[in-house]
Order: sequence, then structure tokens, then C-alpha cells
Amino acid sequence: MIDAFHAAAALLILALGVYTTFARETFAATVGFLAYGLLLTVAWVQLRGVDVALTEAAIGGGLTAMLLLRASARLRPTEAAASAETPGATTRLLAAVAAVSVAGALALAVLALPVPAPTLAPEAAANIASTGVGNPITAVLLAYRAMDTLLEAIVLLFALIGVWSLAPDRMWGGRPGPRHNADPDGILAFIARVLPPIGIVVGIYVFWIGADHPGGKFQGATILAAMWLLTMMAGLADAPPISRTWLRVLLVLGPAVFIAIGVVGAFTAGAFLAWPDGWAKPMILVIEIALMPSLALTLGLLLAGAPERPAQP
Amino acid sequence: MSTALDLFTYVAVGAGALFFLAGTVGLLRFPDTLTRLHALTKADNLGLGLVVLGLLPQVDGVLDGLKLIVIWLLVLLSGADAGQLIARAARGRRLPR
Repeated sequence: MIDAFHAAAALLILALGVYTTFARETFAATVGFLAYGLLLTVAWVQLRGVDVALTEAAIGGGLTAMLLLRASARLRPTEAAASAETPGATTRLLAAVAAVSVAGALALAVLALPVPAPTLAPEAAANIASTGVGNPITAVLLAYRAMDTLLEAIVLLFALIGVWSLAPDRMWGGRPGPRHNADPDGILAFIARVLPPIGIVVGIYVFWIGADHPGGKFQGATILAAMWLLTMMAGLADAPPISRTWLRVLLVLGPAVFIAIGVVGAFTAGAFLAWPDGWAKPMILVIEIALMPSLALTLGLLLAGAPERPAQP
Repeated sequence: MSTALDLFTYVAVGAGALFFLAGTVGLLRFPDTLTRLHALTKADNLGLGLVVLGLLPQVDGVLDGLKLIVIWLLVLLSGADAGQLIARAARGRRLPR
């Protein structure tokens, strides 16, 4: 019974992947991708990777799908012209060969994995007491492999700079995206007033619970960013001009605190990002609290887009 | 007692699943946007409500039960709003089918 359920979910995910790849319209492919992300979330829950499931739902399904939806809306006027330009047979053949060989190599690598797979889980579980956190995923992300998390936060910042750099010169320092003029008495304005108080509490809860249970700053920050975007789309709040000093300070605050504490570790514990005995939990907490607003702002501004309007309308 | 509660769970979750099935069939078979929305919101509101109701006797504590109910209320709120927004967009633009 359970096996049949797993098999059905796997088949659905494969079918949606094929649909998303072959969909003619960008919009249809995006919706396919969104559903694909939600199904992947279910699959991760079935595999008992609740942390991964939360991240997939928030970042993979939610945030990425939002980015793609915005991109497909923007591409719509030129889509017919773009799809009319079919590439030559050679190009298509080469693309197919490249895609099939990458997929084949990946499949071979997965199939060649030894059974049972090599695992560091027993070591991770044996040393978790020294980190002071109860959730092994958080211990991996912020104690054993803190470097990866630091680089992830910095990559997001680079992505935001990449989006901003798409701004035309005269709009540099202006406000991101179009101004949303929703009906102030409409349903969108209503939900943008009702939902954020709940969403902010849930976001902070998901962040806080991450120390001992599935959750964490990335998932919490995505929820906060979603609430911010909702108020922006309903026209209740406007995106801040990207030239504001407070905005830029908050954006770099998280990674800067992370690096600073890492350097402290280099002097007190003998290695960059190493935590001295007994100080792991407070240091992890300081990093998480500093990263949370930076991540929420970065994710929100990533979706808000490149500056399109002058700072003073 | 526990058998009766289990039976209640089976019946309620089964009825909820039936609403989801009916909603999905409606989404696929109904002719235009508004009737499809009608079918879909039934699945969200009643289907999920029945599933949550059926799961309530199985939770460990009051807090978990409250969380389930809050999830249902949030889905009600977002489902109703999304339905309104889609319906307005459909009416305003006169979407084909």
C-alpha cells in the first residue's frame, strides 16, 4: 500500500518533469514547475527529510516559481516571436546530446553509489551535544559545515546584485519593480492586512524552532519575504529605493556578522568558523539572528526585481 | 472508545478525500473558469475540513489539534481570497473557457 503510494508519487513527479520540459508556453512550464516543487516536497516528507521538504516548499517551489512566473509574465509579449525562431537541426541535435549525456552521467553516478551509502550520520549524532542545538540539520548547517551556509548567504547577495545590475543607468538607486496599484478596498488589500501578522509570527516561529526541530532561518526568512511581497503587491507598502543606506547595511549585516564571528573563532578555537567549547550555541544564535533580516530582505528584493522607477516619484 | 474514534477518523478522512476527488473531477470537466473555481473551493474548504476533523482524535495534544485547525482556517482564508482574485481577473478579461 505504502509502496504503491511511493510509486505513484515518483511517477507523478517524473510525468510533471517531462510535462515541464516539453510545455510549449513559458507560463504552462512555470505552472508545471510549481506543481513539481510541491510534489517534491511531499516526496521529501515521505523520505522523512522534513527540513529539506520545508526548504523545497519555501525556496524551490515557492520562491523560484514566483521568480519564474514574473519572468514569464515579462517575456509574454515577445514569446511568439521567440518561439517562431526555431534553431537549426544541428543545434537541436547537439543540445539533445548534451542534455542526454548529462542526465545519463548523473543516472550512472546515482546507480553506482555503494549500498548502504557511506554516511557521516553516526558521527554527526555523536558530536551533536557539543554544538548545543538539538536538530542535527541545524548542527550540520551552522557547526560542522558553517562555511557552506556562509557561502550560500553570500551567493544570495551576489544574486541580488546581479538583479540590480539589470537596471538602466538613470534608474540606478531607484525603487525596484513596478508600482502596484491594487484596489485599496479589494480582496488583495484585505488579505495583505490580515495575513502578515500571522505570517510574521509563523516565520519567526519556524526560525526559532529550527534549533531543535525542522525549520530554520532560510525557511523563516522566505515566509517573512512572502509577507513583505504581499503588502507590496497589494499597494500597501512600496519597495524601498535600493540606494537607502539602512537597506544596504541590513543586507550585508548577516554575512558580515557571520564572517566576524568566524574570525573570532580563528583566534579563540584555532580555525575560521570554529566555535570555542561551550560557546557554540550562543554564537550560532547570534549568526542566525543577524542572518534572518538579511535573508528576508535579500529574498524579498530578489523577487521585487531590478530598479525601474526613480527614488522620488 | 478508541475503535469508535478510529472509525470516525476513517469515515471523515474518507469523506474528505471524496470531496478532493470530486473537486479535481470538477476542475477537469467543468466548462468555464467560474464553475471550475466553484468545484475547486469545495475541495479546499470541505475536503480539508473533513480531513482535519478526522485527524483531530488522533493527535497527541491540544496544541497539535489547534495547529491543524489553524492550518485549515488559513487555507480557508487563502482559498477564498485566491478564488475571488481569479474570478475577478477572469470576469475582467473575459478569459476564454
